[in-house]
Amino acid sequence: MTVTKRIIPCLDVDNGRVVKGVKFVNIKDAGNPVEVAKRYNDQGADEITFLDITASSSNRKTILSVVEKVASQVFIPLTVGGGIKSLDDIRSLLNSGADKITINTSAIHNPDLISDASESIGNQCIVVAIDAKRKTSGSTNPSWEIYTHGGRNPTGIDAIAWAIEMEKRGAGELLVTSMDKDGTKEGFDLELMKSINENVNIPIIASGGVGNLDDLYDGIAIGKADAVLAASIFHFGNYTIQEAKEYLTNKGINMRVTNE
Amino acid sequence: MKTIAIIDYGMSNLNSVVKAIEYVAPNDKVIISSDQKVIDSADKIIFPGQGAAKNCMQSILERNIKNLIIKNSADRPFLGICMGMQVLMENSDENNGTECLGLIEGDVKKFSSSKKNNIKIPHMGWNKIINRTEHPIWNKINQEAFFYFVHSFYVNPKDKSIIIGETKHGEIFCSVVAKDNIIAIQGHPEKSSDTGLQFLKNFIGMK
Repeated sequence: MTVTKRIIPCLDVDNGRVVKGVKFVNIKDAGNPVEVAKRYNDQGADEITFLDITASSSNRKTILSVVEKVASQVFIPLTVGGGIKSLDDIRSLLNSGADKITINTSAIHNPDLISDASESIGNQCIVVAIDAKRKTSGSTNPSWEIYTHGGRNPTGIDAIAWAIEMEKRGAGELLVTSMDKDGTKEGFDLELMKSINENVNIPIIASGGVGNLDDLYDGIAIGKADAVLAASIFHFGNYTIQEAKEYLTNKGINMRVTNE
Repeated sequence: MKTIAIIDYGMSNLNSVVKAIEYVAPNDKVIISSDQKVIDSADKIIFPGQGAAKNCMQSILERNIKNLIIKNSADRPFLGICMGMQVLMENSDENNGTECLGLIEGDVKKFSSSKKNNIKIPHMGWNKIINRTEHPIWNKINQEAFFYFVHSFYVNPKDKSIIIGETKHGEIFCSVVAKDNIIAIQGHPEKSSDTGLQFLKNFIGMK
């Protein structure tokens, strides 16, 4: 008995509605965030992550009311990311009912934001998202570069060094996405997950590339991730979270399975 | 209608707790306050908290609510959550030693972490609380039940008989205590789905 591995469904939210699409193509309305979150909670999701993809900044406040509504009905940890730039942004989200916030681009532009947020609010609610892409493929000593703006802009920063730096500055958790694998359904970049895990001692959430339940297993068993995040395999009804948990439990992974 | 006061001392995001209590006790009045009169007149008190022990204690002292907490925890149901559990002890190892409220004899220790034991800090995620003593707070909750945790320190009470729940993260630690009117839990019932809501419901039902 110890802390269980987590399964985290990730929902893209645009203008207050859950949307789903493959690589931002064919985006279609997938429902009311409260209903979708409730459904995942009932299936046994360990947390829920909302990614605000609302393009227009004038509509960005909408996410606050979404979080507020979900937090009044669904009582598992809620993580919210997308466009967070300041301590005020973080506080507004937490006050609306988010438990953790995830930051990528702003952490790179302004690393002090992570130190300040961790210092004043506590590291338990600060998740740093790392979008990493392999610099050399097939090499025996792979290395990865981190990207900002949803994987569009390279930074020249090494992913492992960045993970270490973020832990030092007070990140409570790292959400690691492989840009190479994201959307491919080929499975996580296991070497990336493993390398980061070997260099930090905070929990790691693996993301990017999940196509089936074996991928989740590999992320935990080989990639050593503490949690796995997935979107499409759950949204498109390929698997329920319950099925994923049963599968992983049968393969010896310690999961929270409730059958009360 | 009963009044449930949630003590506000500027140290935590209280909304999750408020929303969960409103959900399980829709007919009761939930108030967030650090005002003496308001807290004195409440039927039940919830004392949440997060962040570091030192900041927490500073905040309690600055707001002059130390005695208010001590007094009110003596004569009505009182629930400490997370840091609100830890500061009930005499002192904490956090921040090179922090003197706490001393309502419960014992101290607060840090998890030992190493690559070998694969124990990460913070202890973050879902873990089992094994309830080892019959208590109304465990009504309709399985003897082994999952709760959500986020913390790096844990309480170590002197009197082991007040421990009513334990959890393992590397070592076995005390995750729930019950002493007189005080119940305190290291996990977050407000974030522990149906089990956590039942726990809060049980607390609301206590006299």
